[in-house]
Parts: sequence; structure tokens; C-alpha cells
Amino acid sequence: MTTIVIKGGTIVDHAGERRGDVLVDSATGVIREVGLSLTGDEVLDATGCFVVPGLVDLHTHLRDPGHEAAETIETGTRAAALGGFTAVMAMPNTDPCTDSGPLVTAMLHRSADALCEVLVSATISLGRQGESLSPMAEMADLGVRLFCDAARGVQDAGFMRRALEYAGSVGAATGLPIVLGQHCEMASLAAGSAMNEGAVATRLGLAGQPAEAEELMIVRDIALARLTGVRVHFQQVSTAGSVAMIRAAKAGGVPVTAEVAPHHFSLTDEACESYDANFKVVPPLRTASDVAAIKEGLADGTIDAIVSGHAPHTPDAKEQAFDEALPGVLGLETALAVSLTELDLPWPTWWRCCPGGLRPSPA
Amino acid sequence: MRHLLSTLDLQRADLEGVLQLARGFAEVQTRDIPKVPALRGKTVVMAFFEDSTRTRVSFDLAARRLSADVVNFAASASSVKKGESIRDTIETLDAMGLDAIVVRHRSSGVPQQITQWTDAAVVNAGDGWHAHPTQALLDSFTLTERFGSLDGKHIAICGDINHSRVARSNVDAFTKLGASVTLVAPNTLLPRSLEGWPVRVESNLDRVIADIDVAYMLRIQQERIADSPFPTLREYRSRYGLTVERAANMAPDAVVMHPGPMNRGVEIDPEVANSDRSLVLQQVANGIPVRMAVLYSVLGPGRFDPTTAELIEGAAQ
Repeated sequence: MTTIVIKGGTIVDHAGERRGDVLVDSATGVIREVGLSLTGDEVLDATGCFVVPGLVDLHTHLRDPGHEAAETIETGTRAAALGGFTAVMAMPNTDPCTDSGPLVTAMLHRSADALCEVLVSATISLGRQGESLSPMAEMADLGVRLFCDAARGVQDAGFMRRALEYAGSVGAATGLPIVLGQHCEMASLAAGSAMNEGAVATRLGLAGQPAEAEELMIVRDIALARLTGVRVHFQQVSTAGSVAMIRAAKAGGVPVTAEVAPHHFSLTDEACESYDANFKVVPPLRTASDVAAIKEGLADGTIDAIVSGHAPHTPDAKEQAFDEALPGVLGLETALAVSLTELDLPWPTWWRCCPGGLRPSPA
Repeated sequence: MRHLLSTLDLQRADLEGVLQLARGFAEVQTRDIPKVPALRGKTVVMAFFEDSTRTRVSFDLAARRLSADVVNFAASASSVKKGESIRDTIETLDAMGLDAIVVRHRSSGVPQQITQWTDAAVVNAGDGWHAHPTQALLDSFTLTERFGSLDGKHIAICGDINHSRVARSNVDAFTKLGASVTLVAPNTLLPRSLEGWPVRVESNLDRVIADIDVAYMLRIQQERIADSPFPTLREYRSRYGLTVERAANMAPDAVVMHPGPMNRGVEIDPEVANSDRSLVLQQVANGIPVRMAVLYSVLGPGRFDPTTAELIEGAAQ
């Protein structure tokens, strides 16, 4: 049986950062040994590279089907592999959106040969309209564990309550860990906005959305998670107020979890001063005090995972006026590097939150 | 000056330099042939992605009176309607060879973005809610002409501040030139954050009307009914309109300004707009020499170049 040895790299995992070689079985991909001065049939020189267990990204937009000019399953999973990910959770806001069993099956089938594993998520509501429940049990049977309307928050509190109640039943009936993810944005406060509301938005003459557009949905869903006992996962949290509320909810035993994207702990709304639409993201880049609060939330476990938030668009969609450009930034190739650069956390803490999105995968 | 994107890029001395240059060009307007050869051989493109009458005509005349070649580009008649990106549009224009682009766009930041895609000088003729630097310069010019200086003057800017590029640029220019500015509007027409703005805010126009040297009235959008920031135009006029009754309480030498187009009977009564206090037509007239000064500053040999005066003087011969 032939082997590959990954030599001379810096291994980064739960145990910390150290020099070491990794011996891999080339047929199965299984790691045989981690140590120093290992030999194998084939040598991969990893000098100057980080060697990490396969990372899992909980928030990837593959744009396929429907927006293949921006990204495809093939190009997206290549970017993932380049960034150290062996599995990505594909968001369901494709065209058509993933809101039925056949569409889940098609996605699984089409991604079977991709360069990394593609985990398929599906919508909470049919057509992401926030009105009628998607067939969650049918899609759970096919392997879906995360349901979210992706890039669109569920606006109606009554509908979100029903979705949580039903998801709770699907979880109980199947014994599967079913989770509802929420894009935290109240449309009525965020409508027409291009960036964070504040002094920078005023100066730039751009419509902003207040932190409260996110926080109102978080406070609502904490209440609904408490009411139903069903877990809500807050996607791409961006404000200090959100972190504080999630911390308090967790302390009170409410079943909530949260993720953040690297741009929300590495950049502020001042980046928008260039009017470069690469800095237009949803939720928007916030302020220095929000960045600090997110770092604290990562350090104390309030935030469970870092995700790439990978949201590609064509250059044409980005080389537009800032208020007309589509929101979203690339992340798969840079998530690990930005996290390593920006976060000054003790190793066990870093590892816990970094690979949560970036968590070592059994896959 | 490489481009003119926002007054925020200019210091007081820069503003005064442009105003001084504009005074020279104002003299040109009085000649039998109001034209100088300063920009002969230069090509200026008027890229108006948003409708405009006065600003476009004003820039067009300014460029022609400097002997520049002028090309008009109307977005409605262009590839923009076919979905071309701004970058493609600008690179296409740039490939034809031009020296300056005068840009008007409904979105904030477009003039700044364009500077990446062209070697031409970019002059902002108004972008979204962001900036309208030549309006601020011509308003400053008009006030300097009337009062000699803006130092110590008290200016109230009244109306839809939040959606106004004119308000943003004028607050900056007026305060840099020594005036104090009070914004008068209901909270629903003010930016959500005024952090760092050197202004006072007043919700009651009657409280400041007797103290001000200038009432600068902004246009109220009558078109918008949904999400209206105030209940009715009638209620707006009663609290924030410069009515005949309110104007009577102004100081004897206080003046009234408006960037146009005016909604007579809403933010300003027609009698006030037509009164001796009104500088509205002077604002329009001054737009030409000010824009000549701006075009000359970005395309000419430089505003403090000693040849400047000769060019202007020599042009009459």
C-alpha cells in the first residue's frame, strides 16, 4: 500500500502549533502517523505551510445551480480545498433554491465528485418566502441537518415559531440533530441599506442599517428558542449587542448557537470609504467596538464557530455603484489565514471556535 | 488639483484659491465675447447618468467659455440602459481619449470609483446623497460676493438634509470658510448620525429665523408618498417652510438661497423666492465662472500659476 508523507509543515490542531510530518495512506486518505522525520513513498513538501485536519465550513454560497457565472460546485470546492476545508455547508439560496427533496437529491448527486465534501442545507420556507414550511422531514431523511432561508431572515415571528416547533418534531421523530439557522436582519429596518448606519454612512452619503436591525431578530429568536425549546443558530453575527444577548441567553440555558465570519472581526465600516463594493457585505461591516465584542465572544465561547461566509459574485456585479452592487465577499481561501492573523487566543480556545466552522471533520 | 470629488478633500486655502480664480472668470462673463482660450484642445465629457438641467448646462457653458471641446453623454441614450457596468462605460469613453469627465450619478461614490478606470480628471457634478462640491463652491462664491466673507456668518440649512448632497458639501465648505451652520429639520429628514459634523441642530425654524444671515432652503421631494418623513406637505410648510410671514422676521440684510429646482409654496413661498432677499438667480449665474475655475484647476497649468492671470486678461484681445 503506497503512502504520502506531508513533510516540513507546521501542524495546527487542538494540541497547538508545532513542526511535524504527516503520513497518509494514499488509497484511503487515512492518516497513519503524525511525527518527526517520517518517510513515505511520495513526499509533499509543506515547508512554510500550515498543515491542518480537514476543516468544515458551515456557511458557503456555491451559487450552483442558477448563478454559475459567479461560482460552481467545482470552482467553489476547489477554493475550499485551497483554504484547508474538506467539507462545506452549501447555502440553499440558489436558483432554484433548495426547498424540496428532489432538489436536495440533485445537489447531492451533482456534488458527489467535488473536490471536497458538500453538505447540503435547505430552506426553512418554500421559495424562501417566509410563509409556508419546506418539507423538512423529507429533506432531513436525505441528509439535511441545517435549515435556513439564507441571506434572508424569517420576518414573521408566528411563522418562525411554527418552523421551530415543526423542526423540533422532525428532530424528535428521527433522532437527528436538526437546527434552524437564522439570517439576522429585520427587513423593515434594513430596507435599502448599503452599509452600517453611523457617522461613516452619513459622510459617504449611503443609506445605513442600524445594529438594531440584527439585534431585534436575535432578541426575538432567543425568546422563540426559549418558548419552543428548539435550537436557533445565529448566522454571521456582527454587533456587540448581539454578542451580549447571545451570551446572556446561553447563561440562561436557552438553546442558541452562533457563528461569525472573518470580515466581521477584521474590518470596520471605515473600509467602505473606498466605495469598493468588495466591502459591501450582509450583515454590514460594523464598528471597532463591535469587532472587539466579537473577539471577546469568540474567546469566552459565546460564539461557537467561525465560518467563511464565502459569497462570490461576478466582477460585473461588484464593479457597480456601491449601493447597486450585490453584497458578499470571498472567504474560503482566506478564512483560516485571517483567523490566525486577527485572533490572539489561547490555543484550546482558538481551536474550539476556529474550526467549529473550522472544526476537525471526521469526514 | 487632480480631481474634484468632494469639498472634504479641500482645505480652506484651496477653497479660497478656487473662489479667487472664479472672480477672474466672472469678469470674463461681462465681455462682449465671454470666452478665453485657456483649455483649447482639451476634451471634456459630460457624463450625466442622472437627469439634470441647470448643472449640466452650467458645466457645458463653463467648458465652452474655456474653449474646451465638449461631448455630451446622456445615460438614457447610452449602453448603460443595456446593462453595461460603469467600469465598461468609463473605459469605453476613456479609450476615445479625453481630458476630463464631469460626472453626475444617482449613487454615492461613483465619481471616486471612476478615478480607478480612467486617466482623465474627474469632476463630481453631484453623486447620490454624498457630495456636490461645485454647488458648495458657487454658493460660497455667491455669499462672499454679497457679504465680503463668510467669517462669523450664521447659516441655517433647512429641509431634507439626509438625502441632500448639497447639504453635506455646503456644511463642509461654509464651516471651513468661517461660518456657523444650523441644520433645521424634523428628525426624519436628518442623517441618523451627525457625529463629527460641525453643526447645531434645531427643530424649530422660528427659534433661529431672526438670528441668521442666510436661510438656505432645500427642495422637498413631493414625489415620495410612501415612507413619507412628514405627515403632509401642508404640515411641513407650516413648520419648516420659508413663508412670507417667517421671512418678515429675518434680519434686514439676511438673504435667502436655494439650489433649485424650487417647490414654490412648499419649502419656500413664491413671494420670498422672488424678493430682494433672494440670491437664487445669482447662484445660477455664478455657477458658470465657478465651474470654469474648477475645470481650469483640474486641466489648466494650476490655479496659482502666474500664467493664469495672463490667460484671462490676454483672452480679450
